[in-house]
Amino acid sequence: MYILANTTHASNMVEGVDKAFLLILGVSFIFLIGLTITMLVFIYKYNKEKNPRATQIKGSNTLEIIWTVIPTILVLVMFYYGWAGWKPMTKPPKDSFNITVNSRMWNFTFEYENGKKTDTLFIPKDKAVKLNLRSMDVIHSVYIPAFRVKQDVVPGAEKFLWFIPQKEGIYELFCTEYCGLNHSYMYNWVKVMPEEDFNKWYVDTTQKAMAVVDSPTAAGKRIMTNIGCFACHSIDGSKLVGPSFKGIYGGQRTVKTGSDERQVVADDEYIHRSIFDPNADIVDGFNKGLMLPYTTQLTEDDVKLIIEYMKTL
Amino acid sequence: MQTATQIPTDVSFLEYRKYKGIFNWILSTDHKRIGLMYLYSMMTLFFVGVALGLAMKLELIAPGKTIMDAQDYNAVFTVHGVIMIFMIVIPGLPAVFGNFLLPIMIGAKDVAFPKLNLLSWYIYILGALLVIASVLFGNGTPDTGWTFYAPYSFKSGTNLLPAIFGAFVLGFSSILTGLNFIVTIHRMRAPGMTWLKMPLFPWSLYGTAWIQLLATPVVGITLLLIILERVFGIGVFDPALGGDPILYQHLFWIYSHPAVYVMILPAMGAISEIIPTFTQKHIFGYKAIIGSTLAIAFVGYFVWGHHMFTSGMSGTAQYTFSILTFLVAIPSAIKVFNWISTMYKGSISLQTPFYWAASFIFIFMIGGLSGLVLGALATDIYVHDTAFVVAHFHFIVFGGVGFSFFGAIHYWFPKIWGRMYDTKWANTGWLVFSIGFLALYSPMFYLGMQGMPRRYYDYLEEFHAANILSTLGSWVMTFGLVIIVINLVRSAKHGPKAEMNPWNGKTLEWTVPSPPPVENFEEIPVYGEKDGPYEY
Repeated sequence: MYILANTTHASNMVEGVDKAFLLILGVSFIFLIGLTITMLVFIYKYNKEKNPRATQIKGSNTLEIIWTVIPTILVLVMFYYGWAGWKPMTKPPKDSFNITVNSRMWNFTFEYENGKKTDTLFIPKDKAVKLNLRSMDVIHSVYIPAFRVKQDVVPGAEKFLWFIPQKEGIYELFCTEYCGLNHSYMYNWVKVMPEEDFNKWYVDTTQKAMAVVDSPTAAGKRIMTNIGCFACHSIDGSKLVGPSFKGIYGGQRTVKTGSDERQVVADDEYIHRSIFDPNADIVDGFNKGLMLPYTTQLTEDDVKLIIEYMKTL
Repeated sequence: MQTATQIPTDVSFLEYRKYKGIFNWILSTDHKRIGLMYLYSMMTLFFVGVALGLAMKLELIAPGKTIMDAQDYNAVFTVHGVIMIFMIVIPGLPAVFGNFLLPIMIGAKDVAFPKLNLLSWYIYILGALLVIASVLFGNGTPDTGWTFYAPYSFKSGTNLLPAIFGAFVLGFSSILTGLNFIVTIHRMRAPGMTWLKMPLFPWSLYGTAWIQLLATPVVGITLLLIILERVFGIGVFDPALGGDPILYQHLFWIYSHPAVYVMILPAMGAISEIIPTFTQKHIFGYKAIIGSTLAIAFVGYFVWGHHMFTSGMSGTAQYTFSILTFLVAIPSAIKVFNWISTMYKGSISLQTPFYWAASFIFIFMIGGLSGLVLGALATDIYVHDTAFVVAHFHFIVFGGVGFSFFGAIHYWFPKIWGRMYDTKWANTGWLVFSIGFLALYSPMFYLGMQGMPRRYYDYLEEFHAANILSTLGSWVMTFGLVIIVINLVRSAKHGPKAEMNPWNGKTLEWTVPSPPPVENFEEIPVYGEKDGPYEY
């Protein structure tokens, strides 16, 4: 169990959280065991066989006051420890190392300030790391149990998470806000490296071009998979949240532009507009507002590759 | 009241015939029959919920696919949650035992609005049918979880609208029942039964009724807004339309947290009746228990934010909600102290209802104490949305409400059906059920502390062992449940006839025949100076 196992803490948040945890669990166990034993003793001692006549006692103001005051003090102490362990989480240092976390159904990708994009979170040991959380669709939640941190990722809002990793190793990062079909597969790994190794990795731009592009269609498919298009759009003609991509390119479709209904041909311009301004034209039979613009997520080049792939569907 | 003279007083409500066949039930405005109609419809739905729960646990016995796909799993936990929360634990004790017992316990012939009471049942059935329709028809069973969180509830392609509308309709049943109980308690107590002579179960129903009346409309409005947003694309909660998903969470929990007290307060009330009877002793701290009931009902309105510590509220909101949550723990603790003190120097008769009541206290303590972990900010952030939370609320809403419900049904069984059950089987059922319950839910505390998120169809190998234990527990618990139910169903028909007051209880329901006549009392009882609900 994480709570009891670590002597060296994996992050700077561990101590505060575990202290509160142990305090609350300790007090809880004392109460649970103490009260249960008291109850069992009473049941044994005042059994009808042993005690055929009950003594009528209606209450005691002294006792009521005692067992109101003591729990009140205890819960205030618990509140304090809970507060003290949480307070640092709200105050990231100004010189934190910033990483953007892009969350979508159903994966996380990590974007560094120098443009590096990864699906494992590489971070330097002993340095404050601030994760800026962005969601492209629904609410997700970034949870790194070993670091004792968690923050929901809310679409349309700025949320963050920060910590100082203190121990080298590989840790789990889970999505903990239910987000649909593959929620339980939405997890990634966190790799904490010594600062030197991290810096070497960080400036090594050769690793950025890891994926060798064999053809524009394969590249288009890879981009669409990574960005999660297929969560809402099928390629086999079945209707999901959005229209299917089957036979999309060059096909006729009925769309609503504002309140006007019109026929359009799905050409380059249409697909481009559907990605960057998805609510401009709504395909007949679907609802407005379900897709956010991918302006910050995709480049013009990406869209060209996507279109190449769509031509094959 | 014009028919009052024609209703015989020597015929029990179960034998009284006004119409033909089933119409004696579905047209009856008798609070006792309505209570039983709720019981029978809830038991049916409960078995569906249990079957879904079993399927979920079986799927989780091993990582990877065991019996179903991810989409089915998501649908199963959604429907399990919706049925169990909205159709069973929220209406549970008030609708069944509240309806049956409230008027008798306060010395009235019926509730204040008997027809409205019947209407509430019809609304309940309508809501339940709507939810069931969402499962059987349309394009896919809802898969959002019982919380219907935005904006996922807008993105999901499944058949959500009937389910949400069903929950909306169920809310009205709750509101009307609450209204009915409040008026009944205010206006129809027996002469001489002052507020401070009213038994504790009616008191707990009174606190509950106010929550039902005041909090349920909020979730009604919220669910309606979701429907409007889904149908007309009005942006309230969906950020893509300029809405705020956190607003949804606030509105949802403003109702759904007090709803937890709708579930647990009557459960505590029933326990406060069982313990004095089986210790043959005046309840310890009568006024303190009433005070704590009202305190829970009141403070319970202001703690909803503890469901949202990781959503990113402001810091001030976070610690305010945290401290209020801790305050609500105090009245709950006071109740436990008073129950245990009632046993002190009592003359304890170890019968089935008492076993349920004593184990309720144990289970409820685990549920309540684990709630402290979730009320503290630092620890909540660690275990929020993990299996720990699932364990916590099953200890409270299934452990708390369930143990109390079974205690209540074994306590009032002779009164309701006029027969006794087989004690040996009842005790065996209790033991098997309790062992299964602990094996099913305790491992989830451990899993949550290890970091296993909830609502996970699949999990990493490190979480395997505890999940196996939990699944085994689900089988044992269900086996216990089967024993209990078979014993009770059989005994309701074939058990030996019960006396008027088999446990030597002192509340008014034990002064009328078992089962009671249609109008409960031949003559409305009068409470004298020295009378009280627990005067042994």
